[in-house]
Amino acid sequence: MLFEQILFFVAGLGAIGGALGVVMLRNPFYSVLALVSHLIALALLFLLLRADFLAAAQVVVYAGAVMVLYVFVVAYVGGSDEPLRPEGGAVAVLGPIFALALFVEITIAVVGSSLGALDTTGERIASSFGSPDEIGKLLLTDFLVAFEAASFLLLVAAVGAVVLARKRRGLEDPEAAPGVMSAHEAISGPKEVAR
Amino acid sequence: MNTSWFVVLSAFIFCIGAAGVLTRRSPLVILLCLELMLNAGNLALIAFSRMLGNQDGQVFALIVMVVAACEVVIGLGIIVAMYRRRLPIDVDAMSELRG
Repeated sequence: MLFEQILFFVAGLGAIGGALGVVMLRNPFYSVLALVSHLIALALLFLLLRADFLAAAQVVVYAGAVMVLYVFVVAYVGGSDEPLRPEGGAVAVLGPIFALALFVEITIAVVGSSLGALDTTGERIASSFGSPDEIGKLLLTDFLVAFEAASFLLLVAAVGAVVLARKRRGLEDPEAAPGVMSAHEAISGPKEVAR
Repeated sequence: MNTSWFVVLSAFIFCIGAAGVLTRRSPLVILLCLELMLNAGNLALIAFSRMLGNQDGQVFALIVMVVAACEVVIGLGIIVAMYRRRLPIDVDAMSELRG
């Protein structure tokens, strides 16, 4: 029991630290690395909640595959250090205040709810709770439609990414495509924007 | 550990992500903050799934992970397309949806 509590606080502080790192760090590359540590801490919390399969999927799919995609795109785009909004910007002040208000509101709603089971560790569960075979059985029986829809969604997303990121003829060369020039003039090219 | 600890932790991470979406300007970091918010939702789903002793919440979290992966792929595709057209990687400058 004590071990569980120690693990919860270590993983929880790791998750909060990683999340703060994502938001605070200036360089997007370091933000991605902070998110990786956040995801691994979250996987530990999933293990505490007896979601073994999801913890493994979190580490393999998220921290493994999706984050590699992020690192590639940050390296490709050239993650330049960006300043936050200029001082005195209304959103830079109101954003954290709004987030804090949201946190207070959610906490009051959760703690103030009359849900008695919130103060227990939960129902007694079988030792196979959250194991891959239980989740797999649920996915292929009760949630078959959601499973198939998710696979179709992944297919659509893969095709969409290829269509979005492919090289279009004429767009690489601004002089060759008159339509592109107007867009460049409207949004003023990257050289002028570099601040 | 009591379920309320996990739920409050998930609310905290969600709000950190919301603050990031509101204050950062780079679309890459905004996508990362969206990931934070989705993961906080996942943590709450799994905490309630453990509380009720019912595994449906874990399946729900798995589907959320799939949707998050799709969102990342499309978002990064849009960022790469912006970079290829030499548009500034800044959400404030992307104020129009013209193709």
